[in-house]
Amino acid sequence: MELTNYLGLAAILFAIGSATVLLRRNSIVVFMGIELMLNATNLVLVTFARMHGDITGQLLAFFVMVVAAAEVVVGLAIIITIFRARRSASVDDVNLLQS
Amino acid sequence: MNDGFIAPEIDWAVVAPVLVVLGAGVLGVLVEAFVPARARRVTQILLTLAALAGSLVAVVLLWPRVLRDGFAFIVDGTYLLTPFTLGVQAVVAVLAIPGVLVIADRTSSGEDAFAPTAAAVPGTAYEDAARQAGLQQTEIYPLVLFATGGMLLFPATDNLIVLFIALEVLSLPLYVLCATARRRRLLSQEAAFKYFLLGSFASALMLFGIALVYGFAGTVSLETVVLVLQHPELSPLGTMPGLVLTGVLLVLVGLLFKVGAAPFHTWTPDVYQGAPTPVTGFMAACTKAAAVGALVRVLFTLAAGFDDALRGDIVVALWVVAILTMLVGTVAGAVQTDVKRLLAYSSIAHAGFLVVGLVGFSELGARAVVFYLLAYGLATIGAFAVVTLVREQDASGVVLGEATRLAQWAGLGRKAPWLTAAFALFLLSMAGIPLTAGFLAKFGVFQAAVDAGAWPLAVLGVLASAVAVFFYVRVIVLMVLTPPADERAAPEAAGAAAPGAAGAAVRPVEGGGGTAAGVVTAARTAVARATVVVVGSRGPAALAIALCALGVLLVGLLPASVLDLAGEAAKFRP
Repeated sequence: MELTNYLGLAAILFAIGSATVLLRRNSIVVFMGIELMLNATNLVLVTFARMHGDITGQLLAFFVMVVAAAEVVVGLAIIITIFRARRSASVDDVNLLQS
Repeated sequence: MNDGFIAPEIDWAVVAPVLVVLGAGVLGVLVEAFVPARARRVTQILLTLAALAGSLVAVVLLWPRVLRDGFAFIVDGTYLLTPFTLGVQAVVAVLAIPGVLVIADRTSSGEDAFAPTAAAVPGTAYEDAARQAGLQQTEIYPLVLFATGGMLLFPATDNLIVLFIALEVLSLPLYVLCATARRRRLLSQEAAFKYFLLGSFASALMLFGIALVYGFAGTVSLETVVLVLQHPELSPLGTMPGLVLTGVLLVLVGLLFKVGAAPFHTWTPDVYQGAPTPVTGFMAACTKAAAVGALVRVLFTLAAGFDDALRGDIVVALWVVAILTMLVGTVAGAVQTDVKRLLAYSSIAHAGFLVVGLVGFSELGARAVVFYLLAYGLATIGAFAVVTLVREQDASGVVLGEATRLAQWAGLGRKAPWLTAAFALFLLSMAGIPLTAGFLAKFGVFQAAVDAGAWPLAVLGVLASAVAVFFYVRVIVLMVLTPPADERAAPEAAGAAAPGAAGAAVRPVEGGGGTAAGVVTAARTAVARATVVVVGSRGPAALAIALCALGVLLVGLLPASVLDLAGEAAKFRP
């Protein structure tokens, strides 16, 4: 199978992820969109690593996984704090800070 | 087959500036676990200040060596010091010290700016109990150290993986810090939420850009990418310039987001307003320094490999960003009614001026940027430190949150002449009035732009500065010449004291749990009822303001030595 197909798939996943971030209301879903973007990037990295016959891309993918995990910890903590204070996880309800 | 692990040789002295700070951060976490609660705060503050001072000393000790060799690195340039990087690290370390001093100040009200337990739901009995027990969130200090460590690392690498990790190391603690305000906690949490979602979106875009650059060059080392750009035959995908153009643009998006440049600036006013003010000052000054440093490192290095078409595309992008940022910063800044938002838009405008200095990819630009970051950072930390001391007070004399509405700042000159003078000095420096640090800083970036043939940008920059002078001077006039609002409004307010409003004023914005609309009403009522008072500093914040004011004046009046140092720090490539 052509390696470029993987790149196409990754691009589609990345686009879906960004669309999710920009369009969806629920902050958990938005957050999942960001995770999807990161994982699409991992696929790109691994595919390029294969194309170049080079291990750096795979290495980078591991780092991305660790960083994504750290981001989940902080992100979910913030989302839960907001939810406990306001009983809502909608992105639209977070609107006190507009002049 | 090589079956033994060969440990790399590491020159620890080169990593010392970052290592000291991150090591102290780890120690700070242990302090949380092992030091008794009473002694914790003092221990943390001393540890933090010592670590930052240590980092600064390490930078100073490394300076002659890096200047002589032109570079110092460990492990294949995953950590790479150039004179420019070291200059940015010095600026970050210098700015972080007053930043931490402001964070440490409890003011004469006896409470610092952070929630007793940030995890408690605003307005619950648990939160009240925590406040009465005098709990405090001393984890603030290790978080600041981790963020500072990330900032020191951000411009100090040749490796795009490390660039991404440094970005996250500096961002994640900042997201948490934003959510920890003692007062107006819903706003604070909201700021953290917005910063987090937009920040992680931007870093995902940047990561995708890194992946594309890796695909183009087969390497994540900037210097090797430059080599591939010059000799495309070195990489199987080296003949696809679209890959590297998209990649570089996406990396730029990530960096410009952190810099706070338009059109990636939308988070700035909200986050700067909602975050605890000491954190805002620290974040505004140090993050911008680190992010601009990283931007220069990445962009200027890659520019060496750009052919004319690619260079043209990137320069056009920078022009658009610079013009848009200056425009948004000054125009939106002129209509703000909240002092923190005003400073946020001013910081956006400064991001625009900084980008103006970058369009030439020249050493002149790098030099101007280092100087600008120092001048801007000193004024910003000082200004936000002043904001922490101007407070609201309810009828029973209890000091509440900061009085951030501009109208409340009227007549401040009579209540606190020294503080007003310092704030005016910071504003004048931001405006770029001669004899302050800001003037030479702006002159430097515009000179760099003219030198690169981008004189229309310089002209626009001067025009934007002129508009900005208007809104800075408006604030100064308000503080010095306008009589205080409470004097003017006192007779009417006394007559209109409704019983319900008085009840709401006792617990201002912290009355969470209810609907957002209810909170807003409570907040507005409280603001309408409160008088403005200037609380005294317990020392640290006053020291920070004095240091920043002294710095702004000294750099403005006797710039020669700082300009020389910035000139030495102009060399951005090994």
